[in-house]
Amino acid sequence: MYVTSKEVITAMKARTVGRHFRESFKSLGRNGWMTFASASAVTVTLILVGVFFVIMMNLNMVATTIEEDVEIRVHIDVAANEQDQQVLQQKIEGIPEVKTVEYSTKEKELDSLIDSLGEEGEAFKLFEQDNPLNDVFIVKTKNPEDTMKAAKQIDKMEYAAKVKYGQGQVEKLFNFINAGRNVGLVLIIGLLFTAMFLISNTIKITIMSRRREIEIMRLVGATNSFIRWPFFLEGLWLGLLGSIIPIALVSTAYYYAYDYLAPKLEGHFIKLLEFSPFVYQISGLLILMGALIGVWGSLMSVRKFLKV
Amino acid sequence: MIDMKDVYKRYPNGVTAASGIDIHIKQGEFVYVVGPSGAGKSTFIKMMYREEKPSSGTITIDGVNLATLRNAKVPLMRRKIGVVFQDFKLLQTLTVYENVAFALEVIEEHPKNIKKQVMETLDLVGLKHKARMLPTELSGGEQQRVSIARSIVNSPKVVIADEPTGNLDPDTSWEIMNIFDEINTRGTTVVMATHNKEIVNTIKHRVIAIEGGRIVRDEQRGDYGYES
Repeated sequence: MYVTSKEVITAMKARTVGRHFRESFKSLGRNGWMTFASASAVTVTLILVGVFFVIMMNLNMVATTIEEDVEIRVHIDVAANEQDQQVLQQKIEGIPEVKTVEYSTKEKELDSLIDSLGEEGEAFKLFEQDNPLNDVFIVKTKNPEDTMKAAKQIDKMEYAAKVKYGQGQVEKLFNFINAGRNVGLVLIIGLLFTAMFLISNTIKITIMSRRREIEIMRLVGATNSFIRWPFFLEGLWLGLLGSIIPIALVSTAYYYAYDYLAPKLEGHFIKLLEFSPFVYQISGLLILMGALIGVWGSLMSVRKFLKV
Repeated sequence: MIDMKDVYKRYPNGVTAASGIDIHIKQGEFVYVVGPSGAGKSTFIKMMYREEKPSSGTITIDGVNLATLRNAKVPLMRRKIGVVFQDFKLLQTLTVYENVAFALEVIEEHPKNIKKQVMETLDLVGLKHKARMLPTELSGGEQQRVSIARSIVNSPKVVIADEPTGNLDPDTSWEIMNIFDEINTRGTTVVMATHNKEIVNTIKHRVIAIEGGRIVRDEQRGDYGYES
């Protein structure tokens, strides 16, 4: 009987799939403590990643809100007539980084100044007869970080009397936000690698006890993918098992934290991400990560036994 | 059936275990491989089932060149070869029946054929009545018979045995030899590395002697030729 490779590679038979599933479950049971240890490693990591992620995403949300508030106020020279203003507006719109240019008359500027000062603002009403303010272009850039660059260009333009965007503070703010994002990213990646390492080690131990089995399988001509499948599934189950507690914990904690914090933050410029869909997204992400680190860990450790 | 041409094997640590081996083994032959320890017998045997790759030269089994065979194709080649070891290599948690059936399951044989083939093979090695026992409940000779059953259950063209009687007492060794003879009579090629002088000198077959990685003697119906 001659078996061609094509016959072997063709779609896996249903009973083979069944066997792989049975074997993977059997192995979970047989290696009870190892299963527990691996799943716990996933659990601990995912809790850390989950909590961290929730904080990161909310800080990011706050950062984005702040970033979006950054704008350039271009005070238009009083000497500029309507046509000069139009030319200036077109020039500003011509800067590639610029998203919107809004025109605000000096009357409107004074109104909003009076509004923002409340009762004390009443005094400024005197100026309504002789408004000392300038007409203003309010410029927003597509990417908040381009604010400085755009501001510099506008500053050189004719009839742009003053260009303000919170010089100094904005640069610091962006530096701070960027540093925060990078640190968070590095920490999350570090955590993931630690988890993969832990899992690949625990699974390696379970595989050591099955060395002979793998050896015999190879000897009698089982294909590598046939040998690998049960381990692949085992890693998958470990990852999924390990993601249950973190999901429950992160969801519950966020539910209460949101309930507690959201009313207190009301009215400030800080806003938290809504429970739904954020928690579902986080849960999906944790399941996915659990599955990935489980599978990766087990495939890494079975690999060295499959060298022909 | 088995052809080796100018085969060299050098290990990374500088040891040369095969230097210029040329051999031709016909279908249905029974060949003893003899020689002192460390002479290169194991490497010679391992290269036949592609556990080791030759450094140079060609090894052809049933028309397939093992020296250039891609790793992915090795499992298919292994299905044509049965391998038996000195230490049996049985799975202790499985019964006799399951150990033999395992070899068919993992190559995705149809379940209907598995039962029939396994029982026939167990009958051949005389262990049909112990099919439900665990290896730990068997004697060494019986365990080796299970291991032989596993190696021949999918009717390979070649059976390669590395010191199959090395762990067994003389009486049991004869029983095992009778089984190999029976397998050979049915047309399977048998290549056996052995240190058993008595067997080689009594059941006469072709003898290949290896020393220092070279074939120093190749005789039809030869003698063991060493003091054991």
